[in-house]
Amino acid sequence: MMRTYAGHSTAEKSNALYRGNLAKGQTGLSVAFDLPTQTGYDPDHVLARGEVGKVGVPVSHLGDMRTLMDGIPLDEMNTSMTINATAAWLLALYVVAAETNPTHPVPAAMLQGTTQNDIVKEFLARGTYAFPPGPSMRLIADMIAYTVTEVPKWNPINICSYHLQEAGATPVQEIAYAMANAIAVLDAVRDRVGQELMGPVFGRISFFVNAGVRFVEEHAKLRAMSILWEELGRERYGVTDEKQLRFRYGVQVNSLGLTEQQPENNVQRIVLEALAVTLGRNARARAVQLPAWNEALGLPRPWDQQWSLRIQQVLAFETDLLEYPDIFEGSVVMEGLVGELLEGSRAELAVVAEHGGAVEAVSYMKAALVDSHRERIGRIERGEQIVVGINKYAETEPSPLAQGEDGGIMTVDPGVEAEAIAALEEWRAKRDGDAVRSALAELARVASTTDENIMGATIAAARAGVTTGEWAQTLRDAFGEYRAPTGVGESVSVAAVSVELDVVRDEVERVSEAIGRTLKILVGKPGLDGHSNGAEQIAVRARDAGMDVVYDGIRLTPAQIAKSALDEGVHVIGLSILSGSHRSLIPAVIQTLRENGVDVPVIVGGIIPDADVAPLKEAGVAAVYTPKDFDLTRIMADIVALVAERNGVAVQA
Amino acid sequence: MNDAADLAARLRARDLSAAPAVLNLVENRSPAHREAIAELLRGVSPAALGGEAPGHVVGVTGPPGAGKSTLLSALVAQWRALDRSVAVLAVDPSSKRSGGALLGDRARIVCDPDDRAVFIRSTAAGTRLGGLASSTRAAAAALSAAFDVVVIETVGVGQSETEVAEVADTVAVIVQPGSGDALQFLKSGIMEVPDVLVVTKADLGQIAIRARRDLSAALRSLGARDVAVVAVSSIAPVAGVDQLVDALDAHRAGLDLCARRVEARRAGALADFVAERGDHGLRAVGGRRTALHRLSQEDPGADVPTLLSVLEREATP
Repeated sequence: MMRTYAGHSTAEKSNALYRGNLAKGQTGLSVAFDLPTQTGYDPDHVLARGEVGKVGVPVSHLGDMRTLMDGIPLDEMNTSMTINATAAWLLALYVVAAETNPTHPVPAAMLQGTTQNDIVKEFLARGTYAFPPGPSMRLIADMIAYTVTEVPKWNPINICSYHLQEAGATPVQEIAYAMANAIAVLDAVRDRVGQELMGPVFGRISFFVNAGVRFVEEHAKLRAMSILWEELGRERYGVTDEKQLRFRYGVQVNSLGLTEQQPENNVQRIVLEALAVTLGRNARARAVQLPAWNEALGLPRPWDQQWSLRIQQVLAFETDLLEYPDIFEGSVVMEGLVGELLEGSRAELAVVAEHGGAVEAVSYMKAALVDSHRERIGRIERGEQIVVGINKYAETEPSPLAQGEDGGIMTVDPGVEAEAIAALEEWRAKRDGDAVRSALAELARVASTTDENIMGATIAAARAGVTTGEWAQTLRDAFGEYRAPTGVGESVSVAAVSVELDVVRDEVERVSEAIGRTLKILVGKPGLDGHSNGAEQIAVRARDAGMDVVYDGIRLTPAQIAKSALDEGVHVIGLSILSGSHRSLIPAVIQTLRENGVDVPVIVGGIIPDADVAPLKEAGVAAVYTPKDFDLTRIMADIVALVAERNGVAVQA
Repeated sequence: MNDAADLAARLRARDLSAAPAVLNLVENRSPAHREAIAELLRGVSPAALGGEAPGHVVGVTGPPGAGKSTLLSALVAQWRALDRSVAVLAVDPSSKRSGGALLGDRARIVCDPDDRAVFIRSTAAGTRLGGLASSTRAAAAALSAAFDVVVIETVGVGQSETEVAEVADTVAVIVQPGSGDALQFLKSGIMEVPDVLVVTKADLGQIAIRARRDLSAALRSLGARDVAVVAVSSIAPVAGVDQLVDALDAHRAGLDLCARRVEARRAGALADFVAERGDHGLRAVGGRRTALHRLSQEDPGADVPTLLSVLEREATP
């Protein structure tokens, strides 16, 4: 199955995009939701500011879901939804929209598709969680128990190892943590449905994996995963049906390795990564989605996505790839690789089990990922791992691809947010207020029990016109707010450092002595974007450079950043945003800082298009860093120099 | 009026917005700021206040992973519900390798960013082994003039716990159920007997109940019958936090506050002296006990910089 991950601005615009993609030969839908929808906030919530319609489509209620799927035959469609913390809610909206379609109603039992619904990886890597671990696992178990009988063709969960690799996981960590996660989910479901349904449940679990550019090893990884999965099914859950035991996975190939420099090179990286998941039939992906060549620059345009779709079509229809049985069968090299990965993964799985399973081991796994990621960056900085265009062959002719008027990326109309808020207010005004109140009261009651399935009350709330923010807030009230471990506190301090870092340490000490206090930096992420890898690496490196680091983590409002900066008495603030909402969020943060009398320099890192750098600097940003600034130690040197300058510390002779 | 005197005046007037500037001052290590810090502390000394500072200085300590930050979030919320202002001084260990520190748990104390009656500052413990930074003692002394509650949060038990006991009015040690360490430490005397013992993760049910019972028994066998053992659950549904606040209040109410604060100031002056002059300096004043005895002859209301200058004079032949 071929699809591209899509959705932006409004339900209406995304619907037009989907119909266009289907006409071009795409065979399924992959819905990208915006961050407020993913984290359970309505567009008018303070945290939604700047994020509405940015990385996906906003779906606030049943009306939005109807618009999104307008004219698309849901009985024939296979719809994949990248939705996790609020998956139960979005599935409910989808089911109700299908059942109540006025011209072409489709019963739930006929719906096909996937909800990502994997919360452990949100705690580890992606950051769009909403509830604490316990209740989150309960929602997942409830949903699986519901779909296995009511929407039997639905894949209720897609265990994601994809984001673990993006967060720095080695192949062994990717395999082990994904399997540990699956065990946690299956154990929770077993408590809900009983042993007799475990076969069908096991058969409906699918995976969402990553494939990096080391495509031979990556292929071995997938073979190892299918072996482990079958073992797990037979031994732990007593599954015997061969079909139910099959390791089913979809894939999005690696984004971490895509570069901002010479972005055209990303195309061949994507092709090679696609080979990793298609080469051998015994471990071939069922659904492939390829990123666009310009993901490191900003949001892809429809043309960029078409290019990615064409890569798949050439692979499938022009090459002879699909004509042979498994081409690695009997390969000594491949078997050896698989064996090594299996051995390493089993050992790591045992460590997670010692911690009490995936949910209890979140802190451990998070710290391990932060460390792996730091090692990867270190290898690239030292030139031990070659990335063409970054640490080797960096000289280049200007790329005509990024020269267009739009700078080679798509931008979302900033008016979308105001429109969404107006539409939401209209929706709230028109619906039956009493029905909404009683639906939410029932939802709260069910949430407070431990044995009732949440899906019934959730579907009733969808029907009554409840909004995404109301559904999630009701559950937040019942389950409590939660902040995931950051992993940076546990990160190992490096003993062996480069000469460059040593120089920066000396300078940090010199400047700290001159200003009387240790140089203190606040690192955090405003808005709802939970991709914290970059911010974590900056925090760890700043610590290694001798600074005091206040790491405030993700999902911060301007007011929270200002309070923390003021209370903590920091000398400099580093903000990271990858969701494209920097143009509205960063100036808002700076304004709030100044209103609170905090006048320290602010630096920004993230996926920031060239055209946005000047406006950010006008708004008061001291420096902007993007993925091409891979040398973190140099960033540290810049920070010390900036603080020295602002505090009148003379440059060292 | 200069900056330090102005800050002291704002603290005496219970102006909470002075807190960030107060911390920036007391954390400043440059020699030029030494006199300013002394002036600030003189301005909030018992003589200047007409008695001991009104705020309740609470030490919160326990091993990593015991749930201190989550508990503090719940505690801060409870104190705010009672309309008490709260300053939290969170002390994190520094890396010995780089000298840098990740003040990582900061993210986990949840509070309303618009609420100016909550102040949170995290500080690296600095180069001093496991102990409190000198600035933390000064900050606690200064902020207790303005805030209703000043929390000093430290990681681990051992040296930092002992030092917290020297500076705080009330020390609460946090342990999680199922970890036998606290019990062993208590019995063997590695851990001082705290004023309040808190067992977190009470939602674990039987395990928490058993931990609480074992700790109570150990405390009884040590003759420490008055120590309250409170079980709390800081995650929803939150439970036991109001009892914890009651236990902390009860300890404070039964305390000879003047005596405890006088001891705290003397111990603080001695710690600052040792930090500056080392063991060599300590021998020059005749050792720890002699030094404390010498300080006990000073005015009970004397502030730390004054006491420190007494020791410095003693050490100079």
